[in-house]
Amino acid sequence: MSKEWPLWEIFIRGQHGLSHRHVGSLHAPDAEMAIKNARDVYTRRNEGVSIWVVEANNISASSPSDKGPLYEPSESKIYRHPTFFDIPDEIGHM
Amino acid sequence: MYAQMVKSEATQDDPEKLAAFQQKIDANIKVEPRDWMPEGYRKTLIRQIGQHAHSEIVGQLPEGNWITRAPTLERKMILLAKVQDEAGHGLYLYAAAETLGVSRDELTEMLLDGRMKYSSIFNYPTLNWADIGAVGWLVDGAAIMNQVPLQRTSYGPYSRAMIRICKEESFHQRQGYDIMMKMAQGTEAQKQMAQDALNRLWYPSLMMFGPSDAASVHSEQSMGWKIKINSNDELRQKFVDQTVPQAKYLGLTVPDDNLTWNEDKGGWDYTDPDWTEFFDVLKGNGPCNTERLEARNKAWDDGAWVRDGLLAHAEKKRAAKTAAE
Amino acid sequence: MATSDKDMLVQFLLRMGDNSLILGHRVSEWCGHAPVLEEDIALANTALDLIGQTQFWLGYAAEVMDGDKTADDVAFLRDVWNFRNILLVELPNGDFGQTLMRQFLFDAYQSILLPRLSKSSDPRVAEIAEKASKECAYHVERSADTVVGLGDGTEESHARMQAALDRLWPYVGEMFASDDIDAAMAAAGIAPDPASLRSEYDALVGKVMAEATLTIPQSDFAHKGGRSGKTHTEHLGHLLTQMQWLQRAYPGASW
Ligand SMILES: [Fe+2]
Ligand SMILES: [Fe+2]
Ligand SMILES: [Fe+2]
Repeated sequence: MSKEWPLWEIFIRGQHGLSHRHVGSLHAPDAEMAIKNARDVYTRRNEGVSIWVVEANNISASSPSDKGPLYEPSESKIYRHPTFFDIPDEIGHM
Repeated sequence: MYAQMVKSEATQDDPEKLAAFQQKIDANIKVEPRDWMPEGYRKTLIRQIGQHAHSEIVGQLPEGNWITRAPTLERKMILLAKVQDEAGHGLYLYAAAETLGVSRDELTEMLLDGRMKYSSIFNYPTLNWADIGAVGWLVDGAAIMNQVPLQRTSYGPYSRAMIRICKEESFHQRQGYDIMMKMAQGTEAQKQMAQDALNRLWYPSLMMFGPSDAASVHSEQSMGWKIKINSNDELRQKFVDQTVPQAKYLGLTVPDDNLTWNEDKGGWDYTDPDWTEFFDVLKGNGPCNTERLEARNKAWDDGAWVRDGLLAHAEKKRAAKTAAE
Repeated sequence: MATSDKDMLVQFLLRMGDNSLILGHRVSEWCGHAPVLEEDIALANTALDLIGQTQFWLGYAAEVMDGDKTADDVAFLRDVWNFRNILLVELPNGDFGQTLMRQFLFDAYQSILLPRLSKSSDPRVAEIAEKASKECAYHVERSADTVVGLGDGTEESHARMQAALDRLWPYVGEMFASDDIDAAMAAAGIAPDPASLRSEYDALVGKVMAEATLTIPQSDFAHKGGRSGKTHTEHLGHLLTQMQWLQRAYPGASW
């Protein structure tokens, strides 16, 4: 087996004014890619305005990333939200 | 379920510690990674969370089978987003398992060489477009039934992963039912597809909950530890009761002649799935076991140079940075 | 709008929409098969963005063509000869390296084109490009990073990335081969002349390839025909066979 990518802990600030919150972990070869992966994995439903990553076995630094294009796109993916689908009341909760 | 027939490990720990541990669980205090836990608890959880994670990943394949054939741009995006979510679920669950001292790569290798299992349901094929609707409606529906209570499971990281997953799942079931409605209200051919999908996927969906309680050997310890919340039969009954009216609404026929309303229990009497078939599928003899494992092995083997390459570059960069400091 | 102007605009919109449709389709083929979960998820995001852009470009094309048509009609009911995507995007995925190299070569082009289109004299074009260019800014950052990482990774990853670049470079020139449609778009202030983007493109690609320790092939021979509709590769027909199957087999059904 080849060597595994390090594990990173991901912290995301969901809204301006709130603090960063731990949302989960992922694997990445380095911090830069960890931020990109975090963007792809943990902000699929526009949950974030700022991402911090910390290497799991080296909890020390974090690098706040620039805003802008990193956070724009997923706003338009309305189909990800359950309310996009009209389900008749008769069939019960879904 | 996504984790079927998970074998509970026996525990030979200090009885005093065990009692304190049980007290904590009974008081609904979450167990966190650094807390003391019985070895059996840890091992059982690794097996269960790992199997659940594998199911999410292998589960990408039957649905992914239709991404390139989705009939409209919007359906293509919805399906792609849905299958992508399942990859995310696998990722969250692997991360939860990693807190128990096993690496994702180790778990992956165990899936690939058959030492670990994934849910039987994903060894069935998706043959027409309505299967994509039926998978969302029935398979995600059954999964949700199991995952909602698991949000309260005793192990903190597992519980948190389930909370995140459950938030995403409700879109999955709804998009599936939405496809089914379109098909059931569509042309004759579409209605046929919808009925055909239900015919093939009904019993495999019932199998997802695992064998009946009488035959389920490992449940008691797991329920005591709150890593299994409801019994198999309990959940299966709940699923049938929820699904039968939904099928009726679609104008589809559940492929079970014995389906009758039982006033006394306030639920439907139904025919159990063929458990011989279930055990055959678990043993590797389902219609798609070979293809599923081949696909996962190929992705892993073909991807080795990519994982190694990106890591090598990261290490070079780190070395250069250290040298400059 | 005069008929010929309308036709020209439609051709331009098909070029934009078909590029994102066909590339989005190709990238979506990776779902469930990528080298690592994080990449699987990232590729799906790229595909989702591209197919989302397709809805806008082809939706607008459909409107200009004929009020009753939809983006789906345009995507699912045309045959090979009516597609206007560049050949690059219809090529099979190859290995992960080839997919990412193709992605970067395309993203780099889009990252230069889209910000200009966001200042188009056609407000609809400007609006679509504005949104797409935000997505593209992330795509190009990610694909460039991956190309650099793999180019400057192990011996094997380097060799595979060089092979990918050699394989795909002959398909780059088509992006800049201007014709009378481009001239008309430029004259109307709708879109820049693609030939005018070449030097900026070469600078960007040159910088990334240098960082990736990869060598851009000397030859600037370019396969052409996709944008103009004169010819496609054999691959496109097979892609459409899959993509359009349900719409073709069950005409008029709603999904
Ligand atoms: Fe899932
Ligand atoms: Fe699931
Ligand atoms: Fe799901």
